[in-house]
Amino acid sequence: MSANGKPYVREVSRYGWFLRNPRYRRYMAREVTCVFIGLHALILLVALKRLSEGREAWEAFLHNLTGPAGVVLQLVILAFAVYHSMSWFNVTPKAMPVQIGEQFLPGAVIVGAHYAAWLIATVAVLFLAGAF
Amino acid sequence: MAKSNKPIIWGLFAAGGTVTAFLTPALVLLTLLPVFGVMPELLAYDNLQAFAGHWFGKLVLFGILFLMMWHAAHRLRVTLHDFGVRADGVVAVAVYLAAAAGTLAAVYFLLRI
Repeated sequence: MSANGKPYVREVSRYGWFLRNPRYRRYMAREVTCVFIGLHALILLVALKRLSEGREAWEAFLHNLTGPAGVVLQLVILAFAVYHSMSWFNVTPKAMPVQIGEQFLPGAVIVGAHYAAWLIATVAVLFLAGAF
Repeated sequence: MAKSNKPIIWGLFAAGGTVTAFLTPALVLLTLLPVFGVMPELLAYDNLQAFAGHWFGKLVLFGILFLMMWHAAHRLRVTLHDFGVRADGVVAVAVYLAAAAGTLAAVYFLLRI
């Protein structure tokens, strides 16, 4: 409290507060990935609907998804999905530190293990789906 | 002691975030590859129909979709607050209802395949 009895209140913008600091901007970029994860879930939901409607419906859906608009949308989703993965794995040492005896496993080891597992999972999905 | 549903919601958020982090880029790649002339065999109608027609395939697809939607819903709730939307009660009901509706829709479509 200041000398005249009025508490000092620092002004913070309610809507644009995160623009003033790169750390806040990265935080918001991370949080906004959820919009695109949700969008992708919606695409998968529509895919199931079209698949349940039969061969023609499925093939029309796939045709649309690989058209110009579908490709642009998927590239944007892919960019945000990758950002989500990286930001998710980068905080794993803080979310679940591994203690061995008196020592803590270095954060880089935990993050590195997650990136390696991510790569393996990606190759496994593409392989199991017959992409190569 | 007061009971809270926070651990359940947060547990779904964390599980969904992890599943999404490992799988979503690969799933998007799967439907992007045809553009580059690579057609994953799974995307052929007969193969996908067979996969989603099997109970195990249904379970896998349901698990992924369910967790993805609850993850996105919970993070969207927090994100809207961060963007200055302070009606958390309304937002919470809206996003969780959307995730619940999406979950039910996934079950409905999967059972029709």
